[in-house]
Amino acid sequence: MHAVELSQVTKRFGHNILAVDNIDLTVPAGSFVTLLGPSGCGKTTTLRMVAGLESPSAGEIRIKGQRINDVPIHRRNLGIVFQNYALFPHKTIAANVGFGLKYRNVTADEISKRVARALDMVRLPGVEDRYPQQLSGGQQQRIALARALVIEPDVLLLDEPLSALDANLREEMRVEIKNIQRRIGIATVFVTHDQGEALAMSDHVVVMNKGKIEQVGAPREVYEHPHSAFVASFLGNANFITGQVRASADGHAQVGLGMHVLNATTNRRVQVGETVTVVVRAEKIDLLPAGQGGLPGTVADVDYLGALARYQIVLADGTKLLGLASLKDKPLTVGQTVELRIDPKHCRIL
Amino acid sequence: MSATLESRAALWLLGLFSVAVYIFQFAPIAVVMLLSFNGSRSGAFPMEGLSLQWYEKLFANDSILQAFQTSIVLALGCSLVATAVGVMAAIALVRYQFKAKNGISTLISLPLLVPEVVLGVALLMFLKLMGVYRSFGMLLLGHTVLALPFVVLVVQARLVGLRQNFEEAALSLGANRLQTFREVTLPLISPAILGGFLFAVAISFDNITATLFWKKPGIETVPTKIFAMLRTSISPEINALGSVMIIVTILLPLIGGFVVRRFSRGR
Repeated sequence: MHAVELSQVTKRFGHNILAVDNIDLTVPAGSFVTLLGPSGCGKTTTLRMVAGLESPSAGEIRIKGQRINDVPIHRRNLGIVFQNYALFPHKTIAANVGFGLKYRNVTADEISKRVARALDMVRLPGVEDRYPQQLSGGQQQRIALARALVIEPDVLLLDEPLSALDANLREEMRVEIKNIQRRIGIATVFVTHDQGEALAMSDHVVVMNKGKIEQVGAPREVYEHPHSAFVASFLGNANFITGQVRASADGHAQVGLGMHVLNATTNRRVQVGETVTVVVRAEKIDLLPAGQGGLPGTVADVDYLGALARYQIVLADGTKLLGLASLKDKPLTVGQTVELRIDPKHCRIL
Repeated sequence: MSATLESRAALWLLGLFSVAVYIFQFAPIAVVMLLSFNGSRSGAFPMEGLSLQWYEKLFANDSILQAFQTSIVLALGCSLVATAVGVMAAIALVRYQFKAKNGISTLISLPLLVPEVVLGVALLMFLKLMGVYRSFGMLLLGHTVLALPFVVLVVQARLVGLRQNFEEAALSLGANRLQTFREVTLPLISPAILGGFLFAVAISFDNITATLFWKKPGIETVPTKIFAMLRTSISPEINALGSVMIIVTILLPLIGGFVVRRFSRGR
């Protein structure tokens, strides 16, 4: 039985805003599922429907097999962590973390025990008597996590919990949240627009765009085998090369690129003469010195990124490509001629 | 160079002008308060020594004490009703979507814009039509209508600034709507509620125009009492009474504003 299931769920705001468009989604028990997409893609609305903060216009939402469309939020037994923490500023940390237990017939003694245990879990023991404003942003976020988990919810919902933190802290919290989630094995739905967070934390990534689900899969699967141009461009640096198919045979195809040919793979039937788009990740392109028999090109621009450099390469026919190379040696210079080699398995026809 | 000179002159003129405005505004008030301590029998300059005799007389005058009592009961009564209704109205206007929301919002703040004379006559005639006559009840109802917009506006502003996440978090943790209101919303907006209440008290306490239309003959509030006394004679007692009024009506909104700012910081 899945922790959360959405079937044919749609959410309309007013008459003409379609926030979520007929989506199906399952969150297996104990798994970490990330809803990833740009702002306005419907990921937050989806989370809020599971939470009970919005009600779906159509479709059914089930938690542990029970239809919960008509169950009010306070009877759903969910743990929610909000982007801005939403700790009650007028209550102590103990009262914040113990808040949910008050409504679950837990004795005062037991509440303070469980609060202490929850604070241990987020590695902030002993802060019971402080107020939220006295803690740092990262600490407040840990308290918010403790408050959401202490009630032993059926599902943990995280609404961009890291975006209010600064970069270093964000990575630390990312690991922390993931560890806690794995340890207690709670099904988690995580909403983010940050591909790095999505790839690093998730068991399944759900890429959303314009209210629809574009693709669902393990992080590596979604990254390496994008089903659509949107997924390819939203995750990482992708190149889209348009050309005509010159030859094709069982999953392989040759795509013409001016005078040259790009060997590509495909999981659909393509016709000779068909115009196709080939996706190539920037880091999958090998940049070699001239004279090695690859695609010739010229370096048009260099972005120095520290550990990496991002190059813009212009091919003979004017096609522009992004290349990403680790900097073991000094970076290439603008105007330099290079040759590109791309493993056919990394050239995928959409 | 000339630009800085010009701007310095402009600044100087602006300062002068501001000082003049304050003098015009506050000099009469200062005069009233000063003369309330006058030792002579006349309520005017020159002053002959300091004395608290007018205050003593004031507090020995039963009809004035009666007016104070009426004013205080009226102010507290109408403010309690206006606060209770106003808080509910503010929550509805900020947290819920419903038809005619803008219309209702405008309607609530209308008493701020309609001339009080018009409002006074209107309520008087309307209630007469309904068979209700001038009474303390009408006065209470009228003052409530006058004070309501202040409560609604203050509480509304606070609610808009209060992220809904707090309430959503409480709901998600298992508190129902009533428990969420009691445990989270109410404590977080309480400074605004208190502020709105104090504004309402001040509005009611110094209202005279509308009060003259609504009060039953024989019932006097402090402002109508002063008005009545002025018609017969200018007694120095009025200066003392005026000073007390000034203190109450200036102090209350000040305290209100202070409370709102002091307790809503960082929330």
